[in-house]
Amino acid sequence: MTTVTPDSLSSAPPEVLALGPVAWAKKNLFSDWFNSLLTVVLVLVLGGGILSLIHWALTTAQWQVIPNNFDLLMTGTYPPALYPRIWALLAMICGLAGLSWGVLGRNLSTLFSRNILIGFAVVCAFIVIFPPTRPSTLQLLPIVALVAVSAAAGRQVGRRVRGMGNILSLLWFLSYFVAIWLIGGGLGLTPVRTNEWGGLLLTLFTAVSGIVLCFPLGLLLALGRRSALPLVRWLSTIYIELVRGVPLVALLFMGQVMIPLFLPVGSRPDRILRAIIALALFSAAYLAENVRAGLQAVPRGQHEAAASLGLNKPMTLGFIILPQALKIAIPAIVGQFISLFQDTTLLAVVGLAELLGIGRSILANPTYLGRFAEMYLFLAVIYWVFCYAMSLGSRRIEEKLNTDH
Amino acid sequence: MAHNSGSTPFNLRVMLRDERFWKIAFQVITLIVVLLLLSFFLGNLNRNLTQQGRVFGFAFLRNPAGFSIGESLIQYRPNDPYWRALLVGLSNTLSLVAAGIALTTVLGTAAGVASFSKNWLLYKLSRLYVGLVRNVPLLLQLFFWYFAIFGMLPRPVDQLGVSGLMILNNRGIFIPWAGSAGLALLGIGATIAAAIAALYLWQWRTRLRIETGTGGRNQLIGLIVLGVAWMGLMVFGLGWTFPEALEAGGVTGGLRLTREYAAALTALVFYTSAFVAEIVRAGIQSVSKGQWEAARSLGLHAGIVMRLVVFPQALRVIIPPLNSEFMNLTKNTSLAFAIAFPEMYSVATTTYNQTGRPVEVFLVIMATYLVLCLIITLVMNQLNRTVQFKER
Repeated sequence: MTTVTPDSLSSAPPEVLALGPVAWAKKNLFSDWFNSLLTVVLVLVLGGGILSLIHWALTTAQWQVIPNNFDLLMTGTYPPALYPRIWALLAMICGLAGLSWGVLGRNLSTLFSRNILIGFAVVCAFIVIFPPTRPSTLQLLPIVALVAVSAAAGRQVGRRVRGMGNILSLLWFLSYFVAIWLIGGGLGLTPVRTNEWGGLLLTLFTAVSGIVLCFPLGLLLALGRRSALPLVRWLSTIYIELVRGVPLVALLFMGQVMIPLFLPVGSRPDRILRAIIALALFSAAYLAENVRAGLQAVPRGQHEAAASLGLNKPMTLGFIILPQALKIAIPAIVGQFISLFQDTTLLAVVGLAELLGIGRSILANPTYLGRFAEMYLFLAVIYWVFCYAMSLGSRRIEEKLNTDH
Repeated sequence: MAHNSGSTPFNLRVMLRDERFWKIAFQVITLIVVLLLLSFFLGNLNRNLTQQGRVFGFAFLRNPAGFSIGESLIQYRPNDPYWRALLVGLSNTLSLVAAGIALTTVLGTAAGVASFSKNWLLYKLSRLYVGLVRNVPLLLQLFFWYFAIFGMLPRPVDQLGVSGLMILNNRGIFIPWAGSAGLALLGIGATIAAAIAALYLWQWRTRLRIETGTGGRNQLIGLIVLGVAWMGLMVFGLGWTFPEALEAGGVTGGLRLTREYAAALTALVFYTSAFVAEIVRAGIQSVSKGQWEAARSLGLHAGIVMRLVVFPQALRVIIPPLNSEFMNLTKNTSLAFAIAFPEMYSVATTTYNQTGRPVEVFLVIMATYLVLCLIITLVMNQLNRTVQFKER
């Protein structure tokens, strides 16, 4: 047996082999017979599937159902005369988003890197080319410009003004109430009844409201479940376990029926409000478990260190434990928000015209008989974009907050 | 300081600084708030119900239901009582849950393991599947399968046959099945019993071999006998019937999975499997790299390493989240009512609509799903206990 000694005993890393496409394919697709077989079978099956899908999309499918109903899908039966209010709302949210982006990226050398510029170009091109957005191009393009301008402004302001983060949080908080005012009217605007809210607008509104409401409740429940006080612990545990054992659709349906029963005779909250309450009560139980996991992950030493500094319980929780616990729990919390966003589709089965609900009512129109695949694929893309964006955002925040050494 | 508070006269300031006082006070305040809220809500409920002239009680469950149910595993006629209708719903839910859990375990594990494949295409496919399916709401997927896939199958006249084993048309999917319901139950029961017996035999054999270094032959023979007996029963004992297309369209023989059931099952399995795949992936990743390397250095090849070394260790991490995923699947079966599959929740809402008893029906739903989830948890905890390491 011969032993091969390396030519040099240097500790330099091995040479990186430049892989050509052939070498890459050989390594990743055809490394042995089994792998090759797998590749061939997958290519045949996938290729066939993709080809027939493209064939269907280009020839059989009748996409007309989407552009013809684009307004309905976005806002439901919201009166078209009042669309400027929705545009104003969109502009406000985009402006705030741009501002936040600028403030967060204030220390970057260039805010508009090549990739981001390409992204802007793609969005603009999409708005100009995609048929359903074409009538609204004149409103959408300025909004994209607004994002860019407010981002640049946010960067400048963020560098000068300290504590811009807190101001932004306050602005976001206030924007929620402005949004309700803009959508629903009142206080000087023509009121719009809630059964005219619909489509993506309603989906986003219920999702955001659910998130806003379930977060504090979930936090309280998590703290309650971890509490040293037996009574508080039991009550929280009972609530969490009971709610987690019941399907959401049952809670939503019964929420529609039972919330009026639980309230004083004659008071009957709005249907959307009842749905939001049920969503929030449901999500809070799940969120509580996520936060509990975060709380459990904070080392005991942190409690002891805080106690030895003389901090009392609320201060320890507020300044030491919760920030760390929430940071640990971010991926799980965002996951919960994503599923809350997806859960809003269940409002369709209790008769609210959110995105899926309005999609179904369009399909019930004899003109669009049998256009299921087109409609549901389009809706799937919308949901996918939002959920994927949220998970991408959570990964970014996670990286930013990662203080492990 | 605290121990002399009993002997000194009552002092408010001392008391307010005492942590024990606050512990008790806080609990008392919480209790009072919760009780006040409860009495407010329940009082309203009572007032509202009496105003509508209803008395709380479950006696209505014995009244005849009067509605028909599309498909049922147990005998049911429309003038059977409500409790029997609910039982039919429960049986439909159970069949969805059992088939769902079995298929999800297979597909989810396969997709999770595939994300470690050396084959770039398979790896990408697994990632794509997870990334696509997890970000689209289940209800939307359910509608998609029901209306856009199963609804677009050809009519019974020009139905699709799959090599004599399966027939598809827009009324459902027809698969080979045991000759009678009793035989089918026998087959399922025998499979479960054989699986449990095999697991115990295998563990016994492993323990024996670890303790004595030899032996285990009898157990191996036992395993083989068990396997052969099971195979024999499955192949010859169940009187399989195959679906056969009729001349005029339509099918005889085999088992018909209705379009509702097939769509609900497919959507649930595809959706839940994506989550299970991520759980399996995380579990496998949690096994330290050194385990791979050590096993490879013993000359084992990749498939064996995965099966004998990595996967058993990964199971410890996989089973607890898998439990909650199975519970999610159980609860999500309630969505099947949106495509008119008569499962538990669907029957319960019909019952509510006919009797106008929201509180009682809600309690029934709640109790049913809680018990189902509890059973799953018990089984999974049992499983969890067997895969945990016994550390010295």
